[in-house]
Amino acid sequence: MEGEKVLEAKSIYKSFGTVDVLKDVSFSINKGEFVSVIGKSGCGKSTLLYILSTMDTDYRGDLLIDNESMNGKKEKELALIRNHKIGFVFQFHYLLNELTTLKNVMIPGFKAAKFSDVELEENAMKLLKTLGIEKLAHRMAHQLSGGEKQRVAIARAMINDPLILMCDEPTGNLDNKNTDMVFEIFNELATTFNKTLLVVTHDLSFANKTKRIIEMNDGRVVK
Amino acid sequence: MKVKHITEIAQALLISRWRQTLVAAIGVAFSISLFIALLGFMEGLNRLLDGLVLNRTPHIRLYNDVQISPIQPIDMEESYMDYHNFVSSLKPSNTRKGILNADQITKNLINDKRVLGIAPKITTQVFYNLGSVNLNGVLSGVDVDQEARLFHFQDYIIDGNYYDLKNTPNSIILGKGAADKMLAKVGDIINITNIGGEIFSLKVVGYFQSGIAEIDKIQSFVSLATSRKLLNESGSYMSDIQIKLHNLNDAPALAKEYEELFELNAEDIQTANAQFETGSSVRSIISYAVGITLLIVSGFGIYNILNMLIYEKMDTIAILKATGFAGIDVKKIFISIALTIGISGALAGALFGFVFCLLIDMIPFVTASLPTVTTYPIDYNILYYIIAIVFAVVTTFFAGWFPAVKASRVDPVVIIRGK
Repeated sequence: MEGEKVLEAKSIYKSFGTVDVLKDVSFSINKGEFVSVIGKSGCGKSTLLYILSTMDTDYRGDLLIDNESMNGKKEKELALIRNHKIGFVFQFHYLLNELTTLKNVMIPGFKAAKFSDVELEENAMKLLKTLGIEKLAHRMAHQLSGGEKQRVAIARAMINDPLILMCDEPTGNLDNKNTDMVFEIFNELATTFNKTLLVVTHDLSFANKTKRIIEMNDGRVVK
Repeated sequence: MKVKHITEIAQALLISRWRQTLVAAIGVAFSISLFIALLGFMEGLNRLLDGLVLNRTPHIRLYNDVQISPIQPIDMEESYMDYHNFVSSLKPSNTRKGILNADQITKNLINDKRVLGIAPKITTQVFYNLGSVNLNGVLSGVDVDQEARLFHFQDYIIDGNYYDLKNTPNSIILGKGAADKMLAKVGDIINITNIGGEIFSLKVVGYFQSGIAEIDKIQSFVSLATSRKLLNESGSYMSDIQIKLHNLNDAPALAKEYEELFELNAEDIQTANAQFETGSSVRSIISYAVGITLLIVSGFGIYNILNMLIYEKMDTIAILKATGFAGIDVKKIFISIALTIGISGALAGALFGFVFCLLIDMIPFVTASLPTVTTYPIDYNILYYIIAIVFAVVTTFFAGWFPAVKASRVDPVVIIRGK
């Protein structure tokens, strides 16, 4: 359903000691939106992403994911929400080198345990095919190139069919060709598969291609 | 979260540091195998040494002691009754040495549920005739079957067969020292003189060796029937009743009970050999202490390696947590790594320990006191293997627990931001 709120931040404050990093950050993201967060280094955009992703719980204000408040949730419950509703892509791929590509993609599915191993493997293969790397399924993760690894990381983020895909500088470590490829994948996820994406980046050309830009400066949302 | 998936991830982490993992597992295996070999060897020796005493000694010995009557005639005289009477140069009266009513007593003892078995015995003084020279000797008349069943008689027979003593009439098993002096071979006929001065011819059917030269020079064995013949006694005569109990520790209490019941002297094994148990238990404690120290040291090895693994695999822990693994899942992964090292090390160690025991068991060990023992004694008690494996698994679990808790507390934000 278009227009349905997937994620909502309500006046979030965050400080490291006496330094305020986030001041009264409020915005919401609807289903199917492709949003990028830009801003200078140190403006708090990464900090915001960690709060939105429920990994950082040390803040004031309220965060709603799927219309459910994250306040007062236990570590275990938050982990389950991350597992079921949020997919992650980081600047570094963080793949487990000792496992195959396929297994790496399946790992968050192990935790969710929604499907049997066979179904999970089928789903993972489907994702790899969508991303054009099904040939690499049985290669070890350390044998892949940088662009390939990032695509595997995207597949891993998608395996539990999350509500929202959060990306922290997903192209920060890639050359132009691979950056374009990653954008194409994101764009296709947003348009064809109606996925919600939140991308933190300082790559303006990347951000300009997205549907909506949230610009941050000095801990506040400017635009 | 399925166990299978936890172990799959744990396995991937293990493979990434397989050399260190192998070293840790070898450490566990080494300490386990030494633990088993040490205890098996020590307990084998203990049993051997205890056996020297325990196998040969009855738990309770009933006999008729030669003693001076505590009540003398003067004590019964009315006019001296209230006095303290001193009588010097008292001698015992000529009472019989045999046990009165022996048949009834043995029947009672056999029916007693606490008694494992009894072996009657007749001890008498003889002379071995060696031409014109007479040598002192002590002859024990024994029930061959019971002696073999209860007191390992056959272990001390170094030549010939112990049951020939029963099957061949007028036969004797000579002490090794006595036989050497008399140049008597198995099958020879020797002459002995009893206390009454009568000469008997006995056929040598074997040699006996206790390992104590003084005893082997004088001690010989004959059957009960032969010894009765030597003493001119009837068919139920016996000088001692040796009792073996089901439970060794009952001996002092039962000795007292039998003493009153049968009006005989009774001596229990604890009184006869007060010290034998102390040495064994001290040796056991020392070997357990050394063995457990080894296991704990190997536990520290595992602790170290897991700590290192956690520092190296911070990224992996961070991404697992970011993708929805809770602290407890991470903890399970690291504990299963520790247990994998512990269990595989323990099983390999148990196997190597068994091999060590087999090797020690092959080393020659010849001692005069135990003619049947030719190699070092080993106790193959399954209990040592169980203790070692259980202790190894428990140690590795705790060695893994602390690093695992540390891993479960890793804050993914700190790791990811740090990049």
